[in-house]
Amino acid sequence: MYKAILAIRYLFKRRISHFSLVAVALCVFVVLVVMTVLSGLTSQFKNNAHLSVGDCIISTKSLVGFAYYEQFLEILDNEKIVEAASPVIKNYAIVKSVTTSSAVPYIERTLKIAGIDPVSHSRVTGFADWLHYNKTDTAKAFEPVYDTNLPGCVMGVGFLFDRDSDGNYLIPEQIPQFEIDVTSFPLTAKGALAKAGTGVVNTKTFAFTDCAQSRISADWQTIYLPFKEAQLLCGMAGAEKRVNAIHIKFKPGVDLPTGCETINALWQNFVTKKAEAAHANLLRKVKVQNWKIYSREMVAVAETQQTMMIFCFAMIGIITVFIVFVVFYMIVCHKTKDIGILKSIGVSNANIKALFLSFAFLVAACGSVIGTLAGWKFLVHINQIEDWLFEHFGFQLFDRTMYAIGDIPNTIDLKVLAGIISVAFLACLAGAFIPSRQAAKLEPVDTLQVNQL
Amino acid sequence: MNDNNFILKAENLHKSYRMGRTQVSVLKGLDLAVKKGEFLAIVGASGSGKSTLLHILGALDRPDKGVVSFKGQNLQQLTNNKLNKFRNAMVGFVFQFYHLLDELNVLENVFLPAMAGKSVLGWITSRAEAKKRAKDLLTQFGLADRVNHKPYQLSGGERQRTAIARALMNQPELLLADEPTGNLDSATGNGILDVFEKLNNNGQTIVMVTHDERIAQRAQRIITLTDGQII
Ligand SMILES: Nc1ncnc2c1ncn2[C@@H]1O[C@H](COP(=O)(O)OP(=O)(O)OP(=O)(O)O)[C@@H](O)[C@H]1O
Ligand SMILES: [Mg+2]
Repeated sequence: MYKAILAIRYLFKRRISHFSLVAVALCVFVVLVVMTVLSGLTSQFKNNAHLSVGDCIISTKSLVGFAYYEQFLEILDNEKIVEAASPVIKNYAIVKSVTTSSAVPYIERTLKIAGIDPVSHSRVTGFADWLHYNKTDTAKAFEPVYDTNLPGCVMGVGFLFDRDSDGNYLIPEQIPQFEIDVTSFPLTAKGALAKAGTGVVNTKTFAFTDCAQSRISADWQTIYLPFKEAQLLCGMAGAEKRVNAIHIKFKPGVDLPTGCETINALWQNFVTKKAEAAHANLLRKVKVQNWKIYSREMVAVAETQQTMMIFCFAMIGIITVFIVFVVFYMIVCHKTKDIGILKSIGVSNANIKALFLSFAFLVAACGSVIGTLAGWKFLVHINQIEDWLFEHFGFQLFDRTMYAIGDIPNTIDLKVLAGIISVAFLACLAGAFIPSRQAAKLEPVDTLQVNQL
Repeated sequence: MNDNNFILKAENLHKSYRMGRTQVSVLKGLDLAVKKGEFLAIVGASGSGKSTLLHILGALDRPDKGVVSFKGQNLQQLTNNKLNKFRNAMVGFVFQFYHLLDELNVLENVFLPAMAGKSVLGWITSRAEAKKRAKDLLTQFGLADRVNHKPYQLSGGERQRTAIARALMNQPELLLADEPTGNLDSATGNGILDVFEKLNNNGQTIVMVTHDERIAQRAQRIITLTDGQII
């Protein structure tokens, strides 16, 4: 009982204990805020990466692609875990503006082609959502508003328009009317460059119909074309039509690894059956991957950041331990007299240790509560604070003209919070361990003697 | 003489301190016996080892050699646990510098030994009783209106009376006092000695250490510590 009373008094009556309290609270606050913001950004990013490809991807790295996809799509149609599937043409192209008015964006660059059917691709990915003008009627994504003779194209928003300080793209209200030439290098099923007409390249004119904002790198790299047009352009519409990938979305509740295993089994079975077919070798280059593995180049960056972050926080944890250690060491030095007195009235070493450890426990508890409340309050207002700073000082945490970030994420993950608080407790107890052991070891005579001098 | 008449007995006590290379022998084969109900004063010059002796008698320190026995029980043979119980229940210490806990008020300081000797549950059941005893002791020492004060709000004499109340809290058989008046003016010091006298009249065994012959005169028996021995 006296332990609890003394621990509480030490905490509230001693200025030095207030410092340890503030140290713990600050660490909890900082870690909570940074962890929430960064892991929010990471999970947003992962979510965007997931939305951009679907759950499971059957794909080949070869630009030649693979055939018989229509038969496999039928198999997928009958598979109960599959919600939707979308075949995709993937290739590279040189894109050059035909229209050279200063009123519309001018483009002259290489881009990735994604040949898709807008409706089925929207069922697998977030494509419909990415569109600006045709959000509600995705089927019209490739239908020009002014010249119905030309096929349409959807371009990544990143290389078309600038952004304002809130991070919003400055997209004109009216669809800008301009055309581009898309030039690609068609390949035969054997992988040779196909002669198309007189040259080895295929060029076709497309009308701009929409822009897509997926909030990942695709926004700066990709032009979406109607599936059939892209297939023709890339020389994949021959006798055995080919694609480069099939993106699949699972029904809700389907476990990702299990789902992908099922698809993989179906695919391997299909490949075996097609072993004697023409260009069966192309099928063997195909891989079935879940979205995390498929986009690992992108996701790995985010995960490296997360690892770095956890590493930084391990450092903060060590610093907390040290601060608590120093403060406790000083408290023990201040309190040697008390220790002597307590021992002279028969308090055991174990109880002295327990006294200081319960004090540490209290510091951890109060520090965590204060840090959590402060962090929570700060996070609730973080976007207002950022807006205010921007209005008054022009300061922005993330330059929205550079980064595809909307609001700063501020949802506290309870698991993260629990982790931070447990680490705070561990840090306090670890920091207090040596000083309390030392306190317990003090000889009463020595401590009482010191104060007599 | 019958052993049972002695509450405390020290035989052939040796204690030395090592200060770097030199060894300072403080106690050199000291013998001492304290009778039950006795008020004993130990006098000696400053640095003669009075405090050292008192600490050893109260089991706050161990002798290098020799035996201290309390009611026939050799203190060296006690386990740490038993020693803690001994300090808690059998002896009360009064120090020259009071040694009160600054974070506790006067009443809490006084019932601290009662609280320290009990588990949480034991304390809850005996709390009211302990508080009453602490208040009674403080009233007895004229501190009834000071129970909620903090030690730093008290005068030296008041602090020392608080410390005595604390020492008596668990009704120890032996009260050990190290220069209890050393820091007080003579009037206040005499007040403390009056308290001791009264306690002794009620049967309390007291061993008091002082370098002041005049203060020692208030005790029943005076012994002198010189050169590490009682003469
Ligand atoms: N912890 C210690 N380490 C080294 N020497 C010590 C220690 N404690 C006491 N001494 C020495 O032992 C001798 C006796 O000390 P002690 O405190 O017992 O004297 P005292 O008789 O109580 O003196 P005073 O009347 O001044 O209180 C002194 O010379 C002191 O320097
Ligand atoms: Mg002394």
